[in-house]
Amino acid sequence: MKLITAIVKPAKVDDIKVALQAAGVAGMTVSETRGFGRQKGHTEIYRGAEYTVDFIPKVRIEVLVDDAEAQSIIDTIVTAANTGSIGDGKLWVTPVEQVIRIRTGERGGDAL
Amino acid sequence: MQAINSGDTAWVLASGALVLFMTPGLAIFYGGMVRAKSALNMMMMSFAAIGITTIIWVLYGYSLAFGKSNNGIIGSLDHLGLAATLDQVTGPEGHQIPVLAFAMFQLTFAIITVALLSGAIADRAKFGSWVLFVAVWITLVYLPVAHWAFASQSGTGGWIIDKVKALDFAGGTVVEINSGAAALALAIVLGKRDGFKRDPMRPHNMPLVLLGAGMLWFGWFGFNAGSALSAGSLAATAMINTQIATAAAAMTWIAYEKKRDGKATTLGVASGAIAGAVAITPACGFVNPLGALILGLIAGVASAWAVTRKYKLGYDDSLDVVGVHGVGGILGMLAIGLIATVTANEAGANGLFFHGGTTQLGRQMIAIVAVALFSFAATWIIATLIQKTIGFRVYRDDELNGLDTTFHAESAYDITGNSNRY
Repeated sequence: MKLITAIVKPAKVDDIKVALQAAGVAGMTVSETRGFGRQKGHTEIYRGAEYTVDFIPKVRIEVLVDDAEAQSIIDTIVTAANTGSIGDGKLWVTPVEQVIRIRTGERGGDAL
Repeated sequence: MQAINSGDTAWVLASGALVLFMTPGLAIFYGGMVRAKSALNMMMMSFAAIGITTIIWVLYGYSLAFGKSNNGIIGSLDHLGLAATLDQVTGPEGHQIPVLAFAMFQLTFAIITVALLSGAIADRAKFGSWVLFVAVWITLVYLPVAHWAFASQSGTGGWIIDKVKALDFAGGTVVEINSGAAALALAIVLGKRDGFKRDPMRPHNMPLVLLGAGMLWFGWFGFNAGSALSAGSLAATAMINTQIATAAAAMTWIAYEKKRDGKATTLGVASGAIAGAVAITPACGFVNPLGALILGLIAGVASAWAVTRKYKLGYDDSLDVVGVHGVGGILGMLAIGLIATVTANEAGANGLFFHGGTTQLGRQMIAIVAVALFSFAATWIIATLIQKTIGFRVYRDDELNGLDTTFHAESAYDITGNSNRY
């Protein structure tokens, strides 16, 4: 089993959710966060003074998947999240040791 | 009891309420402008100002400000505890109002003036020291200046109003220049916030700022038109002049801002409105509506430019008390010397552009300089003494954690779940 984590632009969350549901994903977790990658260092002017703004608002999406489906889910997310402009974000995959459905106690693939 | 003009009295009583409303309005305006971690502390400083100032006012404040003048410098002690005021009246024949209505009205001016200072020292003042500062500053700075510029007593009252004969309808000196100069001194003595010029420090709640600006705008009608101390055409003139200048300045601030920064902001429209209201404050009862319009149009741009000076000159006047209230007050006082006209108020004067020469302008400048210098110097001394004895500036850790938890054990929005969310 794998955990797919994607940091994406807040404006794209809806598109990603719709695409994941179409791909048959049963659930996901989203949280608000801030960050920067190579896009950091943009200056803005407020009330006549210039500032460097580092952290940009982003959304973290987390999805648990079976190894077999991982690659297709990854492609789904990347396609849905992409706008072509700076700040689109990043996705990574980590292995997961155990997954349990809390209500029923189901384990492993049945819990996904 | 002598005959009281009930219409005038009703308006002054209502104005007392309107002007008091401005201080919670200021609390909300300022509170929204600072960062969330110290928002409650900023609001608390205004509420504390209401409490302390009111207590002082009844004990000796009214007496020293408006009691019988001692050579134009300060009032008498005849009204300690508001003695000899119940059932007394004040005002010219036919326009008499209860002394207590006047005392209440003036109290609300004292309150907002000292509350304004809190904006200069956002996020870094010890609360107990602020309380002490309020008491000392009202006593040693506000009361004298109010006496000088407000206590007219048939030619033998406060020296600025009765000897110099400077014109200041509603407090361009007593409230605006006074608070602007004092704010500068405070900002310098307490020093810059950690991260000044490096971190953006943007308002954490702009809807609150806009609400506060609206409350201030509304209350300002009591501040300016109430200063007519009568319910008649002078009050009407002052009121519409206030509306005109406030609205005009809001627009020119954002026009200037758009040109300079690329965007018109809500912070700009709120600040611009305040800048216009400040500038018209001394002039509202002495200029005609077109004059108010011109003053407002200029004040918006002037203050929008002035608030950027703090970065160049290196002082952290956090919420722009100097650039808005100080600069606006000076502009308004000078404007009287230029565009005042007796057609707006026969008890006023004619400014330079109304064939009055430079006489009034000279008087205005004396008032400006006297109040600015006195306020700055006295505030500097008071703040420095407090800093050197009990301390005024907070410790760095407290500043970084936020003053709300440090001084008030509270959090404005409970974002971190300080109360029992889980």
